[in-house]
Amino acid sequence: MLFHFFQWIENWGLGEAIRESKWLFPVIESVHLLGLAVIGGAILMVDLRLMGFGLRRQSVRQIAGDVQPWLIGSLIVMLISGFLLFTSEATKCYYHGAFWVKMTSLALAILFTFTIRRSVTRADADGIGLARSRLVAVVSLALWSGVGIGGRWIGFS
Amino acid sequence: MSLLTFCEWLANTPGSIALHESIYVYPVIESIHVLTLCLFLGLAAMLDLRLLGITLRETPVSEVADRLLPWTIAGFVVMVISGAFLFYGIPVRTYQNIFFRIKVVLLVLSGVNAFVFHSTVYRKVAEWNLDTVPPIRARLAGGLSLLFWASIVVAGRMIAYNWFDKPL
Repeated sequence: MLFHFFQWIENWGLGEAIRESKWLFPVIESVHLLGLAVIGGAILMVDLRLMGFGLRRQSVRQIAGDVQPWLIGSLIVMLISGFLLFTSEATKCYYHGAFWVKMTSLALAILFTFTIRRSVTRADADGIGLARSRLVAVVSLALWSGVGIGGRWIGFS
Repeated sequence: MSLLTFCEWLANTPGSIALHESIYVYPVIESIHVLTLCLFLGLAAMLDLRLLGITLRETPVSEVADRLLPWTIAGFVVMVISGAFLFYGIPVRTYQNIFFRIKVVLLVLSGVNAFVFHSTVYRKVAEWNLDTVPPIRARLAGGLSLLFWASIVVAGRMIAYNWFDKPL
């Protein structure tokens, strides 16, 4: 069932166009990588601060608020460019363990970032205690690393 | 000795051959190189965006620069070492690759940009540290840095593709 869906996506005009073009895949990959740098920066700014490093004189709340547009913007760029890459090789992804590792980590990372982590950064984590805010940062970094490592590994077959 | 002969010599060293033929080591180094982008460029971009006056506007510029510097330096060191290993595994082809050459030129340009920024307008940072939108020369440095590094990422990604490789 799911496999048929992946097949259908791959045979869709968009996936076909990306496969047949010499330039499209590398160009979309490049956009995906530029998005990676920005989303990485936006996440690290907050997670480093939660761990007591980085911009320590600013409140967690302020840093999180400042980088929020960059986090959301780069996430949207990542999701769109990632989806385009996926359409060109959906069935390969279906059989690739790394793809499923990435998708699971991604779902968990997004969920965690916009629920637990968000409530901590909004409540001004300084009142929460370093141990707990460090734990939140470590979980966030672990989940997002899973997305990155899984993603890079899709390219190795 | 020309650079090409040096690369040919490098390619025949046991370490280069081992790296080239490895199943896991090369991909692992590649992954480290790509993912450290978050640490190095992600944080460097935040400073550039601050210089442009479009994020962290209430944080003093020198504070963003100083507090992020150890992390960007650590990221940069990992980038250079892992990048050197990637080159070491495939020296001749990489040396001849047009995108690699473009990348090297852009790296030099971004180094010059950073040097000029630090030795001129940043010396007087105390005068504009709290400005939400820094002076034009600081904005220019931030903008150029973003432009150079984005181009470096794209050129780096393109090295893997062989459109312009000389046929063997």
